[in-house]
Amino acid sequence: MWKQALAICKKDFRSEIRTRYSINGLIMFIIVTISIIKFSLGEEKLSNELHAGLLWIIIFFSNSSGLSRVFVAEEDRGTSFVLKLTASPKSVFLGKLIFNTTLSFVINLFVVLLFLVTMDVKIASFGPFMLIIVLGNFGLSSVMTIIAALISKSNSKGSLYPVLSFPLLLPLLLSTINGTWLSFEGSGITELLSEVQIIVSYTIVIITASFLLFDIIWNE
Amino acid sequence: MLSNTEVKLEVTSLKKIFDRKIIFKDVDFTLNTLDSLAITGKNGSGKSTLIKILANVFTQTTGQVSLSINGKKIEKQYFYKYIGFVSPYLNLYDEFSGYENLKIIAGIRGLPDNNIEPVLKRIGLWERRNDMLKIYSSGMKQRLKIAFSIIHEPQILLFDEPTSNLDAEGVQLVDSIAEEYKNRCILIIATNDEHERSLCAKEINLNNYKKDGTK
Ligand SMILES: Nc1ncnc2c1ncn2[C@@H]1O[C@H](COP(=O)(O)OP(=O)(O)O)[C@@H](O)[C@H]1O
Ligand SMILES: [Mg+2]
Repeated sequence: MWKQALAICKKDFRSEIRTRYSINGLIMFIIVTISIIKFSLGEEKLSNELHAGLLWIIIFFSNSSGLSRVFVAEEDRGTSFVLKLTASPKSVFLGKLIFNTTLSFVINLFVVLLFLVTMDVKIASFGPFMLIIVLGNFGLSSVMTIIAALISKSNSKGSLYPVLSFPLLLPLLLSTINGTWLSFEGSGITELLSEVQIIVSYTIVIITASFLLFDIIWNE
Repeated sequence: MLSNTEVKLEVTSLKKIFDRKIIFKDVDFTLNTLDSLAITGKNGSGKSTLIKILANVFTQTTGQVSLSINGKKIEKQYFYKYIGFVSPYLNLYDEFSGYENLKIIAGIRGLPDNNIEPVLKRIGLWERRNDMLKIYSSGMKQRLKIAFSIIHEPQILLFDEPTSNLDAEGVQLVDSIAEEYKNRCILIIATNDEHERSLCAKEINLNNYKKDGTK
């Protein structure tokens, strides 16, 4: 299963490198969003809490546009049969999950770097901050991958995505925003423990449910 | 090794409904090694739908498709290992070359690369192996789909209109592959074409599986 998944993931990366389907648009999106925020703020100082919220809003929308394509691209081009005829559903889902998680990682790294450079924000505890970003990354990509699979089967592909992903992601986002805020304020790992627990268990539940659900939707 | 594999494909009371319209119902047949079946019927009678269900890329409304190899029942999620499928609804990856496509597919299947060259030579695309698929002609794409369907030497070969877009030489190629597979395992062709139908020993006409009582 892992070997098949990695082969599928590798295929997606090579395809992305050739076509630049997602990445060019994404980079523009992130730069434009952060610039607009920066210019509209002017000299105004934001609280740490607002900074944390803002950061996760940017992460949410950049990921929405980047990660939603994995299954739609195969479905639209009629290549999903290739995957159905060469791999088990579990391998396909795992492959797409690994691809999306990696892509999400790259997106988030870029967003965080740009955010820290442009915004006037001090991270008092850097380790916990990175921990929340990385764990949030896993949660985000797992939700977005299963929703990407669901919408690829519906007729109104693009518009459904934020509608479905937002309510599902709300508990995760509340925890990551709170955790990020606490890390800006200088809290240590122990104070973040409850947020970390929520994010980790949330991700485990989503991934488990996704594997069960994917078997059903994939051949529909 | 393949020739003494016992393959059995069993279809029982298969029914497909689209938007409350019965496409076909009560489809029953059993095929064993060395059987070949033509699925016929007028346009829209459900030939492609049936063959997609057999290939497990699509689900039926009710009924069963079961596959066993040497008496061992195969789980649905592993059907892909034993099936080769050529279909007008299948596309390979445009952004990769013919060779890269087969390499990716062999990679996902966990096969070594050494079968790619002979298969590409057999289907007549070896000279054009490094061209991107987006500049392939429709006949060349069809040939590559055939390569895709046989690269893992499947136990059941499913062809949906295999000779569409092919030149005379391509049709001969399909003939020789069909001949080889029906002398070794199971061959099923969904078609309206007299010549393609003549490649198979048995026939099922879906026009007769529409309403109650007509069967
Ligand atoms: N995804 C679909 N949704 C609704 N109806 C469909 C779908 N796919 C096929 N059909 C209908 O099923 C019938 C059989 O189609 P098909 O199997 O492609 O026929 P054939 O291959 O025999 O020409 C047609 O009437 C077609 O309109
Ligand atoms: Mg058809």
